[in-house]
Amino acid sequence: MLFTSYEFFGFTAALVLLYYLLPKRCQWPLLLGASCLFYMAAGPRYILYILFTALTTWFAGVRMGRNAQNAAAFLKEHKEELSKEEKKRYKEGRKRVRRRWLVGCLVLNMGILAVVKYANFFITNLNSLLTAGGGRGLSFLNLALPLGISFYTFQAVGYLVDVYRGTVKAEENPFKFTLFVSFFPQLIQGPISRFGELGETLYGPHDFDRKQVCFGLQRMLWGYFKKLVVADRILAAVMTIIGDVETYQGAYAAVGMLFYTIQLYADFTGGIDVTIGLAQTLGISVRENFNRPYFSKSLKEYWRRWHISMCSWFRDYLFYPLSTSKAMQKFTKFTRKHLGDKVGRRLPVYVSSFVVWFSTGLWHGASWNFIVWGLLNYVVLMVSEELEPLYAGFHRRFSVEGKFWYRLFQVGRTFVLICVLNIFDCYASLGETVKAIGSVFTVHNWKVLWDGSLLALGLTGLDYGILAGGCLMMLGVSLVQRGGSVREKISAKPYWVKFAVWYGLFLAVLLMGAYGVGYDASQFIYNRF
Amino acid sequence: MKKKKTAFRVLASALVVVVTLGLLQRLVVPKYVDGIVEGAFVAEYYKEVKDHDVIFVGDCEVYENFSPAVLWQEFGINSYIRGSAEQYIFQSYYLLEDAFRYEKPEVVVFNIQSLQFSEAQSEAYNRMSLEGMKWSSTKVKAIFASMKEGEHFLDYLFPILRYHTRWSQLESTDVEYLFETKSVSFNGYYMRVDVKAAENVPTGKPLADYSFGENAWKYLDMMVELCEKEGVELVLIKAPSLYPYWYPQWEEQVEEYAREKGLPYINFLELQEETGIDYTTDTYDGGLHMNLSGAEKLSRWLGSWLMENASLTDRRGEEDLSARWEEKLAAYEAEKERQYAFYGMEKP
Amino acid sequence: MEELLEILRDMHPDVDFESEEHLIDNGILDSLDIVSLISEISENFDVTITAKDIVPENFNSAQALYELVRRLEDEG
Repeated sequence: MLFTSYEFFGFTAALVLLYYLLPKRCQWPLLLGASCLFYMAAGPRYILYILFTALTTWFAGVRMGRNAQNAAAFLKEHKEELSKEEKKRYKEGRKRVRRRWLVGCLVLNMGILAVVKYANFFITNLNSLLTAGGGRGLSFLNLALPLGISFYTFQAVGYLVDVYRGTVKAEENPFKFTLFVSFFPQLIQGPISRFGELGETLYGPHDFDRKQVCFGLQRMLWGYFKKLVVADRILAAVMTIIGDVETYQGAYAAVGMLFYTIQLYADFTGGIDVTIGLAQTLGISVRENFNRPYFSKSLKEYWRRWHISMCSWFRDYLFYPLSTSKAMQKFTKFTRKHLGDKVGRRLPVYVSSFVVWFSTGLWHGASWNFIVWGLLNYVVLMVSEELEPLYAGFHRRFSVEGKFWYRLFQVGRTFVLICVLNIFDCYASLGETVKAIGSVFTVHNWKVLWDGSLLALGLTGLDYGILAGGCLMMLGVSLVQRGGSVREKISAKPYWVKFAVWYGLFLAVLLMGAYGVGYDASQFIYNRF
Repeated sequence: MKKKKTAFRVLASALVVVVTLGLLQRLVVPKYVDGIVEGAFVAEYYKEVKDHDVIFVGDCEVYENFSPAVLWQEFGINSYIRGSAEQYIFQSYYLLEDAFRYEKPEVVVFNIQSLQFSEAQSEAYNRMSLEGMKWSSTKVKAIFASMKEGEHFLDYLFPILRYHTRWSQLESTDVEYLFETKSVSFNGYYMRVDVKAAENVPTGKPLADYSFGENAWKYLDMMVELCEKEGVELVLIKAPSLYPYWYPQWEEQVEEYAREKGLPYINFLELQEETGIDYTTDTYDGGLHMNLSGAEKLSRWLGSWLMENASLTDRRGEEDLSARWEEKLAAYEAEKERQYAFYGMEKP
Repeated sequence: MEELLEILRDMHPDVDFESEEHLIDNGILDSLDIVSLISEISENFDVTITAKDIVPENFNSAQALYELVRRLEDEG
């Protein structure tokens, strides 16, 4: 069930009504039922995957939680009798048990993700090695990817680690926990929530709060505007350009990068707006996933502001554990001894970052495009990290930092960089991507930008007009947002102004959204041939 | 006081929303008053006084090939054509069911060309056949029988969802006919006076399977049952269109069916001599459809056949009815004049 | 405490660590800084800061970080 389908509208409308009409104790069970229905709409079989992950994680969580509780009780009871050494030994013993639960459950669930998402990618690569050596290739697994598996698996794993670390209490109720894993608004594209945050509001009870409901619906509407008016419209041109790398080179490839970056923003942030808005309508607060990412002044900053929940997941559950692990500490000692303090201190960080970016790339999709995309991000980040003293020197010498035009330049530079990096997850293969990017410098066809060629990409002049308007609105909203919630500002206005704003936005989505078959008079000409 | 104000605001807002959306919807929905007029035919029926003797259902092979004006003028038969572009058999069935909600004719004439399609082929033609229907359970059933994959009932319920992009292609007629439409047919007949002789008509490509689809047969059965139940005589016909090709294998199946059910079946392709159809002068598009001359010839033949074979009476004596036809015939003649002038033709 | 401040100043000479209380929230310390900080601390203080301790509350100010180190020393 797509966010933009009629079924979804009907489904959510019915849900919200029931949610506030039924007794409050029914609210979270209703959400669980709705989530299961939503999931089954994608294919009834797949619900087994998510239920398996939810229940194994729940069980492991409960076992770890009980273990920690018992350990604490035991220590309290025998506080006087045990020596410090004994206590420490006891604690470590219990912790080992918890660790076993953690690792076991982690391997199991990550294993499922690995098999369904990456097995065929692995087989492809293995086959190219095998057949190169004259051997016979392996056959592919015929597994369909369960809806949102990357998101819910990560969410479950995050919870598991949190319970292990003792930062959240294990959820005892398997149904409640299943709701946490399967909460349907965030099933398709995140955000990846933390139990400590989402758990607080997920289980209610929630009174009907007019302001929350209105704000939630308004946010959804804005999300639909971005998605239907901008993203789905510009998609036609993006598909044309990336679909034929032989024809669309040079300026076209550059346009493709720009358009894809716009599309990605409008689609992803729009979808997240719908998710967070819907949750807010239900009285549930889901964490923000974006913080005006395209205003970033560096790639490093961009990755703090784009897809925040995923980035922080990798940081908290992969980067920190890896870089502070015992092995890594030893490695640091080793490198510092042999390579000197300066280099030695950095190398372990760089190694950990490499692993993180490799995984981030792989997480986005099982293909080399994504891996190279991740590693390119890594390279740019590390190079700019190394050049940091150089920048600092430059800034000191010319005192441009903080000046408006210089900040604008930094934002522009970062945006161009993002456009180039993003295109790596677009083209069919790595070769095509490299070819397209290379053509920007070698094929000089810049006149296509103004000689009307852009009108042959699947967008009309009117489409471009609508897109320009949509982009300006997104930019405007982002600019205003820096001074606080746009919805708060609008809600302070007189009633009929508010009405005009939101009804106008609704009409814009209704009339200018790229949905349905679209009207083309020639379809209606009756012609038997 | 505050409550009152809130209630007022809610009501006023709802009113604004309903009115503006309603107007917008009227505005963007195609009006079919010029160019593609076929889309307007189905709705025009509801403006009629409904006491017809004969009702035609089918695709262009009925609405371009028979002229109710001739049936009236020469035989006193009051008839109406519920035809629409590429009307699929299930749509014909439901349009008939719909007509029976208002009246019970003596005879129903159905053109069996559409047996060839078991499922809807085009969303646009679905639209032209279904949108004009008045809302009823029959229309709902018709929509569900017609929808292709990817179509949604909601798009029929709120056509603004279907035509939402049309705001950029509006024409002056969209404003002119915002609230009411003009008649574009003559009791469902689409008049063309121009001539384009049939030359080099291609024969049909061989098909892998000549048997009609299960779904198509199902609706023909339903139509037969419906007419039986209502006590209406059903006549099957095949119009004399040279193309699309009418395969002998198809003809066999229809003949067999008609025999089995005891239904009259008239294949006009085989009646060229009797009807006097001349494919050099009686078609406007090289043999696909009849022009006025061809349609009037067919109507004359069918009229006398109906008078002989069905229990119809000459109603030219009825005052009200004659008065209504008087007006219609005037419009019919005026349109003829207009078209002869338009195509620069001598009036025959 | 002084030792800790020195480590911090070594990383970002331009920051006033004695008064700054939003090192994480304001993006002064990024994840790379934190990791090098942790390895420095483990060198100098004989404590192990693990991933579970890396939360903003522990790293937002030099004082908070100092308290974390103290706590870990006690536990160890």
